Amino acid sequence: MRRAILAVIATVAGLLALLSFKTHSSERTTASVQPAPSLPKGERAVTGNVANTAYGPVQVQLVVKTITAAGGKSQAGTILKVNILEQPSATQEDTQIGQYAFPKLIAETLTAQSARIDAVSGATYTSGGYLKSLQSALDNGA
Amino acid sequence: MVREPVMLGTAVTARVRHAEPVMGTVVSFDVPVTARHDGSLDAAVRWLHWVDRVFSPYQADSDVSLLARAEVTVDGCAPEMAEVLAACAFVRDLSGGYFTAAPGGQFDPSGYVKGWAVERAAALLARAGSADHLVNGGGDVQCAGGRGPGADGMSTAPWRVGIADPLRPGRLALVVEARDRAVATSGTAERGAHILDPHTGSPAAGLASLTVTGPSLALADAYATAAVAMGPARARDWTASLDGYEAYAITDTGDTWQTPGFASHISPD
Repeated sequence: MRRAILAVIATVAGLLALLSFKTHSSERTTASVQPAPSLPKGERAVTGNVANTAYGPVQVQLVVKTITAAGGKSQAGTILKVNILEQPSATQEDTQIGQYAFPKLIAETLTAQSARIDAVSGATYTSGGYLKSLQSALDNGA
Repeated sequence: MVREPVMLGTAVTARVRHAEPVMGTVVSFDVPVTARHDGSLDAAVRWLHWVDRVFSPYQADSDVSLLARAEVTVDGCAPEMAEVLAACAFVRDLSGGYFTAAPGGQFDPSGYVKGWAVERAAALLARAGSADHLVNGGGDVQCAGGRGPGADGMSTAPWRVGIADPLRPGRLALVVEARDRAVATSGTAERGAHILDPHTGSPAAGLASLTVTGPSLALADAYATAAVAMGPARARDWTASLDGYEAYAITDTGDTWQTPGFASHISPD
């Protein structure tokens, strides 16, 4: 499951260009897999590290459903939802990122998964912090 | 003493994903794990950063910047500069001047360099022995081989490259099946109108995005950029005339068209 979801996200990584990627960003928190009692059975929330981008901190959370095949061994994971927990909002540009870029990236994440694609070809654009944070969520728990 | 059994000849090769921020974008790799062990993934990443340093128009001391200010000659630059200039001139002539190494009047071969650098990164992996890998430079994709075992467990299924729909953010227009093939998309939608018509100096209009597929990412990317600069009417005939390259276009109004050979690359599902 871990690999499957990582593959989906790394796929999405392919279409993401950066706002302004701070390569020396420091991780402020460690990721946590939350029990999330409010979620239906088989679903869980995976929260990523805070990624400090040039525009400010970004943190995302995935809601993941685990499907266990007969026999209980092989598992498959599906990303049901992507939540942005923290995003920059200080400037007008930040607001545009929140209103335009994040919803778009979330939709693309889910689309990429359902279409079983390996990469996305499209006119280049941005996203650093989102990608970094999302990937850290996956690295840490998905 | 009991020895652990050794598994030999397993058909599945473990794979590695890597996303590298470079050249103002993210370049992502899907490579066999051997590319990490033999150092070729690292070498490909180092290559991209080297290209960034030498060809960035944003760094005052890059070869491109020095050349733009006529502080060096081509002979004084990295040997790759002559190769890039020759390729830009080739596409400029082939496109009737719609592709140029000086899109804003100032020398800036970025429109060629990214695709070329990603294609070379993929070639570097191939030379190290990788048969199946994909390198995606912020939306411009070079594939080698396929994505992994096919349904019969023997053949290798082709890579699946989604084409972003510029008019419906988050959706795919279609999926291209790619084996040993590049897929490049240029457009006016993502960053506003950032492709100029070199003949008028005005932003190109009419094509929301245009995708080119063919063997070389360097050429596919440059062709896509030239076609967007041309606009829909001229681009349709021109892309149909390209040898070995096929195109798919989405216009500002949502109409689509494709060159006759493009259909064979579209995934049926």
